[in-house]
Amino acid sequence: MNVDSAGEVSGEEISGEALLSVEGVSFAYAQRKVLTSVSLTVPRGGFVALLGANGAGKTTLFSLITGLQVARDGDVRIAGLSIRDRRAQALGSLGVVFQQPTLDLDLTVAQNLSYFAALRGLAPKVARERGGEVLAQLDLVDRRADKVRALSGGQRRRLEIARALLHEPSLLLLDEPTVGLDIPTRRALVDYVHGLTADRKIGVLWATHLADEIEGEDEVVVLHEGRVLRDAKAKALVAETGAMDLERAFSELTGPGSAAA
Amino acid sequence: MTALHALRAFEGIARRELLRFVQQRGRFLSALVRPLLWLLVFAVGFRSIMDVPIQPPYETYITYEVYVLPGLVGMIQLFNGMQSSLSMVYDREMGSMRVLLTTPLPRWYLLVSRLLASVVVSIAQVYAFLLVAWIFGARLPWYGYLAAVPALLVTGLMLGATGMLLSSAIKQLENFAGVMNFVIFPAFFLSSALYPLSHMRDSSVPLYWLCQINPFTHAVELLRFAFYGQISWQALGIVLCALAVFLGAAVLGYRPRGGGSPAGRPAAPE
Repeated sequence: MNVDSAGEVSGEEISGEALLSVEGVSFAYAQRKVLTSVSLTVPRGGFVALLGANGAGKTTLFSLITGLQVARDGDVRIAGLSIRDRRAQALGSLGVVFQQPTLDLDLTVAQNLSYFAALRGLAPKVARERGGEVLAQLDLVDRRADKVRALSGGQRRRLEIARALLHEPSLLLLDEPTVGLDIPTRRALVDYVHGLTADRKIGVLWATHLADEIEGEDEVVVLHEGRVLRDAKAKALVAETGAMDLERAFSELTGPGSAAA
Repeated sequence: MTALHALRAFEGIARRELLRFVQQRGRFLSALVRPLLWLLVFAVGFRSIMDVPIQPPYETYITYEVYVLPGLVGMIQLFNGMQSSLSMVYDREMGSMRVLLTTPLPRWYLLVSRLLASVVVSIAQVYAFLLVAWIFGARLPWYGYLAAVPALLVTGLMLGATGMLLSSAIKQLENFAGVMNFVIFPAFFLSSALYPLSHMRDSSVPLYWLCQINPFTHAVELLRFAFYGQISWQALGIVLCALAVFLGAAVLGYRPRGGGSPAGRPAAPE
């Protein structure tokens, strides 16, 4: 694995290797265990859905992947770099949309992007060009000069995604990105992010509790009470449980009467 | 970390702080009105009562308004340090702190950049105040306005680091106002900002020693000497030590927590 002087990992170096590798991670708040020996991988161009009910440990796992917290056991590797030992370099290839909104409401759309671009070390000219591109892709160009406070919930989420793509990351993490959005907006966001995996070969980890956001060919990691119950294609999970769809398969796996209960 | 990336990140953080400050006109006004009230009301009222001894850096008699100027400048920086830390707690609650802390740069650098950006804002407030004070006749030697810049940087960093340390320990926004009162008012009144410490020693020796161990006292003295083109080495040493301790503790306070004791391991230092 080679890292250039800017700490970025070259795309060729990581081809054929997992962009994200979570290896036996455990975490506890004081005496309360939240994650127990969680492992998963996200390959280049892969869409991996982290499916779990509220409180399953999805957000904590995102905090560990992004280095906001440190795992008790196990390790997280981004493009082969350990977040524990080489945090700054590992974060270079990562784009994140947190569950909690993280935009500065009192700044404009353009100012939010400009701030983020500076944090990522982008030259102002490059930042303006890429900012224009991602805003166009997410249909936000005409809101560029508006304060974020004036945007709707759906527009804010789109802006968070636009911002996460500004530095052209090879791995995109999205934690419940559709919370609070109406069905058409949700569908559009899911389709857009699926398109990123196909068109740009970005690896995506999409955390959700909504099974209808997952397509049959997507890899699904079912997280329940801090443990990985299954890691398989969505259609394989449906077939395994004999359920009609993924939502019912998820209930079969995690509900009362299941082996996990 | 490349130097260019680091520079751009600092520039971005500083620009955001300035934008937010410019948008918050109330914050700017209160930063001016508060010390001006002390200068134009309190100091004028106390002028005839308070006898300022001729002591370094003063070589001749000065009015009480001139005496309190460095203390009021320190007050601006103290309030700004606390305001900036309040802003960090707010950012943490609103989520935008996550964006900063997941930036691919060492965490200490991001925190120091944030601190420096808030000091730049505080220095702008200080000069706005000094301009109004000058108009009302409270004037310092002309060279003092320039000579004080390095001192303002050091004192601003120390007071900002104090606020950053507080913000690392305070988890909720609503707890912050109370803590600020417990920090700002004792720091201000138990210092040489409003009265020479020789007066305090004559009245109460224990209070005099409390003033002596208060880093804010030494920040004010550093500024007082700097405004007269002099360096108080003792004050500088104490302020730098306090800065190192508070900043070090604040960076440790923002270190990612290991999940679970006793097996929790902190992240590797960067």
